[in-house]
Amino acid sequence: MSLEKYKQEVKKILSEYSIKERALLPCLHIAQEKCGYLTEEIISFLAQELGLPKVEVYSVVTFYSMFSLEKQGEYVIRICVSLPCYLKGSGKILEAVKEELNIEAYQTTADKKFTIEPVSCLGLCDKAPAIMVNRDIYGGLTPQQAKNIIKEYKKIK
Amino acid sequence: MKIVLKNIRKEGYLPGINSYMTQGGYEALKRALKTTPEEILSEIKKSKLVGRGGAAFPTGLKWEFTRKSRELPKYVVCNADEGEPGTFKDRFILEKDPHLLIEAMIICGFTIGAKDGFIYIRGEYFKAYDILQKAIDEAGTNNLLGRNILGSDFSFEIHLYRGAGAYVCGEETALLDSLEGKKGQSRVKPPFPTFAGFNNKPTVLNNVETFVNIPEIVLKGGEWFSQIGSPSSPGTKLYCLSGDVKAAGVYELPTDISLQDLIEKHGNGVCGRLKAVLPGGVSSNLLTSSDLNVKMDYSSIQQAGSMLGSAAVIVINDTHCMVNLAGRCIEFFDYESCGKCTPCREGIKRAREILTNIAQGKGELSDLALLKELQEVMFDTSRCGLGQSALNAVSSCLEKFYGEFKEHILKKKCKLGICSMGKDF
Repeated sequence: MSLEKYKQEVKKILSEYSIKERALLPCLHIAQEKCGYLTEEIISFLAQELGLPKVEVYSVVTFYSMFSLEKQGEYVIRICVSLPCYLKGSGKILEAVKEELNIEAYQTTADKKFTIEPVSCLGLCDKAPAIMVNRDIYGGLTPQQAKNIIKEYKKIK
Repeated sequence: MKIVLKNIRKEGYLPGINSYMTQGGYEALKRALKTTPEEILSEIKKSKLVGRGGAAFPTGLKWEFTRKSRELPKYVVCNADEGEPGTFKDRFILEKDPHLLIEAMIICGFTIGAKDGFIYIRGEYFKAYDILQKAIDEAGTNNLLGRNILGSDFSFEIHLYRGAGAYVCGEETALLDSLEGKKGQSRVKPPFPTFAGFNNKPTVLNNVETFVNIPEIVLKGGEWFSQIGSPSSPGTKLYCLSGDVKAAGVYELPTDISLQDLIEKHGNGVCGRLKAVLPGGVSSNLLTSSDLNVKMDYSSIQQAGSMLGSAAVIVINDTHCMVNLAGRCIEFFDYESCGKCTPCREGIKRAREILTNIAQGKGELSDLALLKELQEVMFDTSRCGLGQSALNAVSSCLEKFYGEFKEHILKKKCKLGICSMGKDF
């Protein structure tokens, strides 16, 4: 999404808020989703538009795990590492995905296609061990099944 | 007995408004609008419903405090930031019966005198967000939200707001800060949200599951509700069974069900041999096989030395090393502590160091006393529930499986071969 188009989206969101600062999270969500990360440009723009110090915007961005300052892959693979999934072998799922993509946790592949994000409970404990690839949910996985899922995504051009 | 899942458990039930109406949806709202807020409050108080998010505060009192506050405007906020590991009940309701929550929130708005409600939903709940937004739109089209609801003088709107991945935002005051566009860090209480909540105005903040009990209480009366389950905390509860259990899932059962029946009859038993159970997620103390007769209500679990919390019942079998699991629990809190208060921020880091050392064969016996002391200090001095309960699971591991810790420290050995004990794999 171009910055111009983003600015229009932000204006639309702001029109629904009487106190501009309250709109920060919704504005950040859109940028994160559409651009894959929060650029310096976006942060400066939001600080100005919402009347916040830039450092305040940065502190909010870095507080929440769904926002990132570095470009994330086209597909963010969220792997639950909380206890219920851990009991069902999420450690091996994480290893399998790392092996398949040849990167470490929290890293992005060189082609910017995949990012591995170990995350806290996703509320999928009845399907443990579970992962999410963007919005799609996969549960009850074996390490091999996890690898196969990633292989399928690799085929998408 | 189904109250919360009464619709969901019916075959062919869909999350749309037509399905909901067919099952008698919005009848409670119609009745509420014909009575007075005082009458609704009286029924909710009679029901003895307590908050289902974990704190078990009487819902009727919470609503009454907010109603009596003189400040205006007032707000209704629903905590749908489900994040406690092992909890997945709210997702279930949000995705499958969103109108039940919407109806309950409208009734709450009418009762306390609010015009706006917010649903703070977990950022990762993409599907639930879309379903809820659609349901809110449907309710608007049918004059169930918006101006002069069903021809009455009462107007109410519901706004959806996404979290962005922070467990601490499930804590009510951190949630309010996040809802105000800030970092989700806890506030000092008092003042409580009933007096100074969203925008520092009186706010009712309830968990999804608490809200969805309301329509049935309005329709059938508080007296009826108070007769179900345990007298001390009546009604049903959504129990989330996970971990080493054959049939993991959400089960709605009266609160006088025993832990044994929950696991054996509903969860089809343990996979392997039972070692321990966390009845309220990773913030609760472990129970063991000697506690299986305990009733799954708030006070009984407390008497057994743990807490029910959000009823995230995590079953652990004997293939797991407790030193290792204690480490996993503390890793979670280390990642999720908001860092605002010192006992939580620093205490968790020290506990993690100690547990890592023990798992690497570098622990000392004196570390165990130190862990216990850390737990006590954090319990007494942390600002919010996260820090206060962060070492519960760890300290109960220590208490109930002292031998395993001792073996790791003195013999430098992990019997199950799970901890690295300093060797590289």
